[in-house]
Amino acid sequence: MARAVSPRRMILTTLAAWTVALIIFFPVLWMILTSFKTEASAVASPPELLGASWTLENYVEVWARSDYPRFFWNSVVIAVGSTLLGLVIAIPSAWAMAFVPGKRTKDLLMWMLSTKMMPAVAVMVPIYLLFLQFGLLDTRIGLVLVLMLMNLPILIWMLYTYFKEIPAEILEAARMDGASLWNEILYVLTPMAIPGIASTMLLNIILAWNEAFWTIVLTTTKAAPLSAFIASFSAPQGLFYAKLSAASAMAILPILILGWFSQKQLVRGLTFGAVK
Amino acid sequence: MKLSYRALLGATVSLALAGSALAQTTITVATVNNGDMIRMQGLMDDFNAKHPDITVEWVTLEENVLRQNVTTDIATGGGQYDVLTIGTYEVPIWGKQGWLASLNDLPADYDVDDILPAIRGGLTVDGNLYAAPFYGESSMVMYRTDLMEAAGLTMPDAPTWADIEKAAAAMTNKDAEIYGVCLRGKAGWGENMAFLTAMSNSFGARWFDEAWNPQFDSPEWKATLDFYLNLMNNYGPPGASNNGFNENLTLFNQGKCGMWIDATVAASFVTGKDSTVADKVGFALAPDNGLGKRGNWLWAWSLAIPASSQKQEAAKTFINWATNKDYLALVASKEGWANVPPGTRTSLYENPEYQKVPFAKMTLDSINSADPTKPTVQPVPYVGVQFVAIPEFAGVATTVGEIFSAALAGQSTADEALAAAQAAVAEEMKAAGYIQ
Repeated sequence: MARAVSPRRMILTTLAAWTVALIIFFPVLWMILTSFKTEASAVASPPELLGASWTLENYVEVWARSDYPRFFWNSVVIAVGSTLLGLVIAIPSAWAMAFVPGKRTKDLLMWMLSTKMMPAVAVMVPIYLLFLQFGLLDTRIGLVLVLMLMNLPILIWMLYTYFKEIPAEILEAARMDGASLWNEILYVLTPMAIPGIASTMLLNIILAWNEAFWTIVLTTTKAAPLSAFIASFSAPQGLFYAKLSAASAMAILPILILGWFSQKQLVRGLTFGAVK
Repeated sequence: MKLSYRALLGATVSLALAGSALAQTTITVATVNNGDMIRMQGLMDDFNAKHPDITVEWVTLEENVLRQNVTTDIATGGGQYDVLTIGTYEVPIWGKQGWLASLNDLPADYDVDDILPAIRGGLTVDGNLYAAPFYGESSMVMYRTDLMEAAGLTMPDAPTWADIEKAAAAMTNKDAEIYGVCLRGKAGWGENMAFLTAMSNSFGARWFDEAWNPQFDSPEWKATLDFYLNLMNNYGPPGASNNGFNENLTLFNQGKCGMWIDATVAASFVTGKDSTVADKVGFALAPDNGLGKRGNWLWAWSLAIPASSQKQEAAKTFINWATNKDYLALVASKEGWANVPPGTRTSLYENPEYQKVPFAKMTLDSINSADPTKPTVQPVPYVGVQFVAIPEFAGVATTVGEIFSAALAGQSTADEALAAAQAAVAEEMKAAGYIQ
């Protein structure tokens, strides 16, 4: 039975939740507001809000100066491609670790995660040379591969956590009924882990979409995604904040919309297994 | 028979297509996001009409990202870029390392002797021209003529630092949010250290002696920093340690600065449509201290070809188009003389039409008064006016910039800042093997 909550407590917790949410969202909100200001208003001190000069000029100029649809399409291909490829590898791996663990499975998981602790710049030159050797520089397939590898530890870890919550007996029953390994993963495990897989997928798309090191280092013109688009609006004379904010808003808008519509799925997946 | 005609026709079309595809060369130009570069991208129709066999693709990046990407590409022989936009800091270093292709064989009508000597000197290593200047700039004093008049003062064309201090004191009215002088305070080798290094030259200071020993413990550096901190603390805007080019531009355009000493390229901004004081701006040379050197810098964004490029001929054709006299005339015909990339060619400043641009003469005089090979009063082992053209400079100057910016914010005294700078630079120079 749910515990009774007094109205006063309800108001207080709601207020606290809104405050925390606003603090977290404030930088994004400020960026969006700045994108509608003139450059002078954007850097005014003290910061201007009500008295600011509002304009759509930044968006017009950013659109006119760059091929936004090309950057956008590259982002879609790279983020979705790296996520799907990652899932193809991560689902069987996580299955093996969750249901047929070996003596060193935990160590293996920790080792995989530890690769995330290495700064990307440390392997920049070897990766660049490999890309050069295999003709992958400035290609979408190259970025799909590198981002998939970069996010694979997170994918496996998340899926492993979800799979651990699924009773092994169900899979065993499927095996008893004669299901092959492939059928067991595809028709029994995957449907039960859909919320977990969906949230893992969404999180990975967001991570790949926002990645701004490899996507800038390994691309020039053909495969450059929206991170490179944002970088191109920083000027040598300093940061022109209003235009930079407009470019950033245009870059994050698609992922913001995706996150908004899939928030239920995302939260459900992220809290999956939190309460037994 | 019918079949052979078709086969022949098909083969001919295929050959024609293959031939045109072979003749088409695509070059990738890496550039920074500035007004002149963006303008050039808008004028590409002219290049395409003259060179239909060359397709140009642009990569626009933030300055530091561009530097990192290009360095990685050149060092690994990647050949991703065919034309680079680089500054006067990189050209001597990269040229010496054999990373850039020589531009000595540009056609005679390019008229390399027309390039301003100070700019050409900064782009030449051991007699080889490694980059063609796209636009050049120095720094100068931009001041409010109305405030000077109200204070009963006249700004000399070639002021001293004492003149600047006197004018700053007279123009400051903190109640009305008018500050006598706005200078860079934001940390960074291209931010406050560009200004302070150039300023220190006019005080007779230098980064290193001939044996590469750091000189921040010298009386000249103490005089420089003391003067800068006093000037900014007494007559500068609040929070000046966060102000770079863009912040000072906004303050000046809002009418909050009596004087601003910064890049000559700012002249068109402070007299442009976004400025509230556009018709009240005067220009003067950067100040000196009577020691024969002014506190102005020298910079040129230039186009160079990485040695790793496989398309050097097409790249040279593009550079020739983008930096020759015809390009300046093209910009003038489309956008007016005030928008022509400044500071590269002598002939531009001899053009009667360009001489009518209000800041033209002061820009030329500023550029001509800077000498990257003899930047300061005493001899130095390096090239560069507001920088030292060694690979270690960007990192160590950013550290010193943070130390000086903290001093401006009141977190340390001038003496403490200079001692910390001396220690930081000495450590870096030892680690790099310049000194024992």
